[in-house]
Amino acid sequence: MEVAVHNLCKAFGAVRANDDLTLRFAAGQIHGVLGENGAGKSTLMKLIAGFLRPDGGSIRFDGREASLHGPGAALRAGVGMVHQDPLDLPAFTALENLLCAAPRGAIGSRAAGRQLLSELARRLGFTVEPDAPLASLTVGQRQQLEIIRLLACGARVLILDEPTTGITAAQTRALFAALRRLAAEGNTVLFVSHKLEEVAELCDTVCVLRAGRLVGEQLPMPVPQRRLLELMFGAAVAQPTAGGAGEVRITALRSEGGLPANAGEDGTPALPGLHGSPTTERIAGEAVWQLAGVSARAGSVALRDVSLSIAAGRIVGLAGLDGSGQPILLRLLTGRMRPETGHILVNGRALSGGGSRAYRAAGIEYLPADRLNEGMIGALSLTEHFALLQNAALVDQRAAERAARAAIADYAIKATPVTPIRALSGGNQQRALLALVPPDCRGIACEQPTRGLDVASAQAIWRRLLERRLAGCAIVFASADLDELIAYSDEVLVFFAGRVSAPLHRAELSVARLAELIGGVGFGGG
Amino acid sequence: MQSQELNLQPEPGRKQASGTWWATLRLPLLALGGALALTTLVLLSSGVSPLQAYRILIFGAFSTPVRFSDMIMLAAPLLLCATGLTLTFSAGLYNLGVEGQLALGAVAAMLPLRLFPELPPALLWSLCFACAAAGGALWALLAAWLRLSAGVSEIFAGLGLNFLASGLALYLVLGPWRRSGSASMSGTELLPRELWLPTLGALRLAPLAPLLALLALALVWWAVRQTRWGLQLRAVGLNRVAADRLGVPAQRRIAEAMAGCGALAGMAGAIQVLGVFHQLIPNISSGVGLLGLLVALLVRADPRWVLPVAVVFASFTVGSVQLPLALGVDSSIAGVLQGALVLFALLARGLSRRVTG
Repeated sequence: MEVAVHNLCKAFGAVRANDDLTLRFAAGQIHGVLGENGAGKSTLMKLIAGFLRPDGGSIRFDGREASLHGPGAALRAGVGMVHQDPLDLPAFTALENLLCAAPRGAIGSRAAGRQLLSELARRLGFTVEPDAPLASLTVGQRQQLEIIRLLACGARVLILDEPTTGITAAQTRALFAALRRLAAEGNTVLFVSHKLEEVAELCDTVCVLRAGRLVGEQLPMPVPQRRLLELMFGAAVAQPTAGGAGEVRITALRSEGGLPANAGEDGTPALPGLHGSPTTERIAGEAVWQLAGVSARAGSVALRDVSLSIAAGRIVGLAGLDGSGQPILLRLLTGRMRPETGHILVNGRALSGGGSRAYRAAGIEYLPADRLNEGMIGALSLTEHFALLQNAALVDQRAAERAARAAIADYAIKATPVTPIRALSGGNQQRALLALVPPDCRGIACEQPTRGLDVASAQAIWRRLLERRLAGCAIVFASADLDELIAYSDEVLVFFAGRVSAPLHRAELSVARLAELIGGVGFGGG
Repeated sequence: MQSQELNLQPEPGRKQASGTWWATLRLPLLALGGALALTTLVLLSSGVSPLQAYRILIFGAFSTPVRFSDMIMLAAPLLLCATGLTLTFSAGLYNLGVEGQLALGAVAAMLPLRLFPELPPALLWSLCFACAAAGGALWALLAAWLRLSAGVSEIFAGLGLNFLASGLALYLVLGPWRRSGSASMSGTELLPRELWLPTLGALRLAPLAPLLALLALALVWWAVRQTRWGLQLRAVGLNRVAADRLGVPAQRRIAEAMAGCGALAGMAGAIQVLGVFHQLIPNISSGVGLLGLLVALLVRADPRWVLPVAVVFASFTVGSVQLPLALGVDSSIAGVLQGALVLFALLARGLSRRVTG
């Protein structure tokens, strides 16, 4: 089924998320939709899938104008969307999820549903057990079930929003094979991503959105990566390079401007905060965190017998697939979880029994990936956040506003002191989160510090984190981005199924080595 | 049209600073219109002239000094409950146990009255209010403890504790504290006249009650709006996880908000005993706690509006007492109007949230 949009508009308040978009996605092909954060990709997809209603313009399926009241109407018309976080019922089994979501009369009986599920799974090369409780499945398997469900409900257009986030390499391969097969059978696939390599590998056409508008036109693949980067970030960004994917990214980072002085003076693709920096070794001081024989468990993942020491001024990256145990370590390091056995020392003092407040008092800050739900209070402004951090019984409104103004200037936050945090963009929220870290902080544990940020915002965040490191702060961060891990870590710990690798030092880091370890190669048996 | 609407929407962060009168008054006016329409329908369907009924409902409480003082003596405990609920609403808690906290406060206020009846009245009253506050706070802390340690929602904990508290009051009225001679559902023996809160002349108005309520409102207003404690309370109410990350002792603030609300509700119970009924009766709260919940829901825990709304609600209730005699309709029409106001206010808020996205 061909999907086309004509002069599509959608605004949220003053922001034009989709501004007069006209696009055509032909049947039987895989169409990539690229764009940096906030470019309007998700809005476009949600409009086509009926989750949002357009302010203006039209959506046409096979030339017929569609008026979608909701996702159900879109699915009846043949359009299904797989969300980044699967929307399903974890308490049900895979089969029950399929049955309760199917339209009335589509599946006659449990047995028929079971057969349909197994058959679709086999055809697509997926491994979904009908009777497995959903809570026991990985994100990748739940995504597979979601695709099966949409197809069983009659979807001929599949929309996938960042589908490769949080799934294994094998699951990605299976997903791509299945999508190719579906396209070959005449279905339409819309593939939203910010990973250029995946789009290059998979898609037949690509279109780039920027600030709610189509940049250039829809292009048949292959398109050189440099050209795509130009389209995404503007012509000034991508300069010619000889290298592959990794280096293209690096080029993008460099040319955003305002890098620290150590960024590749000699023309080598150096990264900000690199270890060419002479300060690195000097500022490594006494241990901020010391863990001795620590074990802890969360859900099905257990960390066993972890011992490590993290010195002031060091940056430790945590690599690994989702659900390998990195969040457990971050929560242990910040007192959000208590070890079952072993000891945790902060600044040389035993804190294993303390809660998050004791850790905070010891100068440990936690920067969660979910900025708005765990990090800050969306309805309150930056001024009110600084007021919360004051010590006196009465709020010193002037001082709080001064602090907010200073933070806005220092961290280049696009906001006023009284703007509610939830009205800020992701990058500005992350900067606000960092600005709220007290200056005398000793250790920062960040979960995916740049997740969902565009290149320029991510770079700004790291500039701040590196400043903190120079001030003697130890930084531990978990990331799914290998380039980021390699660029900023003094050492990397790789997690695999609850086991932690020996620290990999800067010199031993390479994408290939990390990828091996993340996949479990080199962890030994058992 | 649409862009005009967008312009009229006050920006969330600048609501206080700017915003036309229409933007601030639109929702209340819509809610008022809807509530009046619904109540008018009810009145028309029972064959009563709506205008006459409204005249009595709205102005009845101000028609004679007696009725006015009745209104004040209802508004005082109502204000205390609604003020207390401002604390719990700020902390994101639905303290449905406020009725029970009031009842337990009344029971606790009876303790010094029974134990030390010969103390000087002023001292005895202070003791009564202190005991009532402590009793209400303890009852609320029980709900807070269930919430914090066992994960029982304070809504259900509060409802359960309401039954327990009214059961306790009933048991005391019919059992250990029964009137000499015969146990009666109508309550314990009346307090001696000199222990009643002093009133203005022959009226039932005891100035101490509204004074106390206004004092409590001022204190809570100041605490919620000016102190860091109040800011922390709101932070916990808006997002407990993030507040915790920012160093707010969330559990403690939740317990404190509950205890504060319980103490104020307990003092409302003491007013019921010392100034209104002059005895412990089984239904000592007579619904004041629930009415307080309606007030708090309507004003969205904004202390600025607690006083006017509490007074308006109290005057509806007092005015409605004349309805059966004057027009032959039941006085529960006041409840219809109060309930409809809250429902339409919630509806208007929900709709406006949907419009703004």
